[in-house]
Amino acid sequence: MTKQIHLAAHFPGVNNTTVWSDPESRSQIDFASFRHLADTAERGTFDFFFLAEGLRLREVKGRIHDLDVVGRPESLTVLSALAAVTTHLGLAATVNSTFNEPYELAKRLATLDHLSGGRAAWNVVTSWDAFTGENFRRGGYLDKADRYVRAQEALRVVRKLWDSWSSELVLDQDGGVFAREGAGAFADEGAHFNIRGRFGLPPSPQGHPVVIQAGDSDQGRDFAAEGADVIFSRHGSFEAGQAFYKDVKARLPQYGRSEDSLKIMPAVTVVVADNDREAADKAQYIREQQVSGPTAIVLAELLWGRDLSSYDPDGPLPAEDPVVGSAVTQGRVGYNDPAPIVAEWRAQAEAHGWSLRQTVINQQNRQTFIGSPSTVAAAMNRHVQEDAADGFVLVPHLTPGGLDDFVDSVVPLLRDRGVLRSEYTGTTLRHHLGLDA
Amino acid sequence: MSRRLITAIEIDGAGSHPDAWRGAAVDPSAILTGELARHAVQRAEAAGIDFATFVDTLEAPADEPSRVSVRLDALGLAARIAPSTDRIGLIPTLTVTHTEPFHVQASVATLDYVSGGRAGWLAEVSTSAEAAAVIGRREPAEAADTWREARYVVDVSRRLWDSWEDDAIIRDAPSGRFIDRDRIHYVDYSSPAFSIKGPSIVPRPPQGHPLTVVRLSSPEALQAAADADLVLLPGTTDLEDRLAAVRAASLNPRVLLSVSVALSDGPADGVDYAGGVEELADLIEGWNAAGLDGIHLRPASLELDVPVIAERLVPLLRERRLLGPSAGRATSLRNRLGLRRPANRYAGSGR
Repeated sequence: MTKQIHLAAHFPGVNNTTVWSDPESRSQIDFASFRHLADTAERGTFDFFFLAEGLRLREVKGRIHDLDVVGRPESLTVLSALAAVTTHLGLAATVNSTFNEPYELAKRLATLDHLSGGRAAWNVVTSWDAFTGENFRRGGYLDKADRYVRAQEALRVVRKLWDSWSSELVLDQDGGVFAREGAGAFADEGAHFNIRGRFGLPPSPQGHPVVIQAGDSDQGRDFAAEGADVIFSRHGSFEAGQAFYKDVKARLPQYGRSEDSLKIMPAVTVVVADNDREAADKAQYIREQQVSGPTAIVLAELLWGRDLSSYDPDGPLPAEDPVVGSAVTQGRVGYNDPAPIVAEWRAQAEAHGWSLRQTVINQQNRQTFIGSPSTVAAAMNRHVQEDAADGFVLVPHLTPGGLDDFVDSVVPLLRDRGVLRSEYTGTTLRHHLGLDA
Repeated sequence: MSRRLITAIEIDGAGSHPDAWRGAAVDPSAILTGELARHAVQRAEAAGIDFATFVDTLEAPADEPSRVSVRLDALGLAARIAPSTDRIGLIPTLTVTHTEPFHVQASVATLDYVSGGRAGWLAEVSTSAEAAAVIGRREPAEAADTWREARYVVDVSRRLWDSWEDDAIIRDAPSGRFIDRDRIHYVDYSSPAFSIKGPSIVPRPPQGHPLTVVRLSSPEALQAAADADLVLLPGTTDLEDRLAAVRAASLNPRVLLSVSVALSDGPADGVDYAGGVEELADLIEGWNAAGLDGIHLRPASLELDVPVIAERLVPLLRERRLLGPSAGRATSLRNRLGLRRPANRYAGSGR
C-alpha cells in the first residue's frame, strides 16, 4: 500500500543552518515571522509546526556565541497565539521535562489542545547539565543517567493527569451540575514525583496531546518506542534512515504497540530550484553562507574540544589530537568519540586539497534533498515508501520564507503522486498523523 | 487634577458569580474553547477598556458540582486572544511561588511579543496546601514568606528583561556577528530563595518591562505594592485607609479598585455592586475623586454584564469626562496608560 508522507515545519533557530545574513532573512522573534511560516505550512497541508526551546544562551569559550541567531520566544505562548490564526495545523512545543513539573506541563499542554481544537503536541526533551541548571531553582541536580527516568515518569504522570477526568463533565445548566464532585482527582508517588490533588481541565479534544521525542541514544530509542507518537530523528540520509527505522520499529512490539503507532520523522533540509544543476549550485552557495570563517573555527573547536582561534580557517586542519569531554563549547551536543571523525576529516582534506573551512562545509553541513521539484518529490517519496522515514521535519535555512519554494513547487507534485493530502481530512493532529485517538 | 480613569475587566470562567455559567445566554463549553473569553475581551476592546486580567491558580477551582471547576492556563488563553485583538492590554495571572522564575519571565516577554507590546502579568502567590501538593516540591509557606519571595521573582524578571539591550541584535554580516555580545548581560542574581545566571533566552520585550500588577488580596501583599506598576484593591470597604496604606508603601503604582459587578438581570447575590449603570457611574466618580486611578470590573456574567459595561457604562463615564476618547489606534499598554518605557539598567555597561 502506498504510504502517505507526513510533513512538519521547523521554525529556524539558533544554529548555523539559519542564514541570517541573507537579504530575505527577517526577525526570528516577531510574531509576524512565526505566522508566515505557519501559514506556509498550513497552505502545504503539513501535519504540524515545530518549535524548539532554549533555556540558556550558547557559549563558546565562556562567552555568548554571537555568530548564529541568538534568542527566541517561549514555545507554548507562541503556539497559543498561532492557534488563533491557523485552523488545522498541529502545534508542537519543545518543553524540557527536567526543568518543569508534571502538573504545570499537563495544564499548559491541555490548555493549548483545548484552545486549538485538538492540535497540540509536546516534544519531550531532557537536560541534566549544570550549565542549563544555573538558570533554575534546582540547578544541575539530575544525574545524566536519571534524565530519562525523570522524563519517563513525567510523561506517565502527565498522561495520568490528562486521564484524571472520565465522564465527570456534565454541563447541565438547568440542573446546576457543571461537573460531578471529585472530578480530576489524582495521586501519584514515584522516584521523582510525589503529588496529589485535582486537575482542573477535562480531557482535551485529543485526549492526549501528541508526544514527540528526539533522543537518539539506546535509552532515548526505548523511551520513544514505549511512549512517543512521533520520533524526530537526525537520520535524514537514506541508508541511515532505513537502519534507524528498522531498529526503532522493531522495539515497538515489546511495548505492545503496532508499527503504525509511532511515526519516524527525521529533520531534513531541502534545496529546490528550476533544475538539478541550479539546485546543486544553490546548495553549494547556501553551505558557504552557513559556514563563515569564524563559524568554521567554532565548529572545528566543537569537534576538537580545543581553542583553535589561532588557526586560519582558509589554512590547513589543526595538527593536534582532539580532546574528549572538553567544555570548550556549552549548550550544544558535543562528540563522544571525536578521533575517528577527525581522522576522516584529515583524509578528505588531504584527498581534495581542502582548507579547514572547506572541510567543515563539505563534511558537516549535509543537505538532504537537492534538486528540481520533481527530483526532490521523487527522492522524498522513495524515502517514505522504502521505510527510511514516515515523513520529514523540514528545517529551512531562511526565516520565515524558507519553505515558500517547497510548498509552491514540491507539494503539488507530492499531491499528484497521491502521497500528500490536498486538503485536511480531519481537524486534530492525531487524525493528520493517522494515530488512534 | 484627576488623571484619566483607567478601566479594566476580569476574565474568569463565565464570570465572577458562581452561577454565571447557567442560563440560556451562556454556552458553558465555550469556557473551555476560550471563545467566551475572546468574545468578552473583544467587546471590551471595542468599548475602549484599557486591559483585561485573566484569573488563574495552580490548584483546580472549588470542587462543587454547581460551580465551574475548570480553568484554562491564563497565559495560554491571553496568548490565544492576542492576535484576535489589537488595542487592549492582556494581563494573565501567574503564580510565582512554585513556577520557575526563568520560565515566568520568558513567557511574559513572549506574550509581549505576540501582542505587539500589550502584555503584563498579575503576580500572585500561593499559600495553599493544595497548590503545594499538586507540584510536590515544597511545603506550603506563610503569606509573608511567599510575598517576600514574589518580590525576588519580580526583581529578577525585570533584570532578565533588561539582560538584552534593545539594540543587541546587530546582524553585522561583515564580521559574521548576529549579536553584539557586549550588549547582552548575565544577571548573576542571588536571593535567599533562588539564584539565576541569565541572560534571558528572549530578547528585551517591546515594552521593555511588561506591566507588573499586584492584587492586594492579603495584608502581606502590601509589601509588593512598591514593586508594582498597577495595584488592584479588592472590595469597597475601608477604602480610604487601604488607599492610604498603599500610598504609604509607595507613591509609584496606579491603584485600581477591583469590584465585582452585576448590571444585568443575571445572578447578583454576593457581588460588590448590583444595580443600575447611572448609580455605578456615580460611585466610580466618587472613587476617582477619593484618589483611585481606575476601576477593575469583575463582571458577574461575561455574557450578560460585559455588553452593559461596554455599551452603557463606558459611554456614560466618557460623557462625564472621566475617560478620554476611545483609543483609536494600536499602541503599547504602557503608552495607553501613560507609563514610560523603562530605561535598561545594563545599557552601556558592557561597552
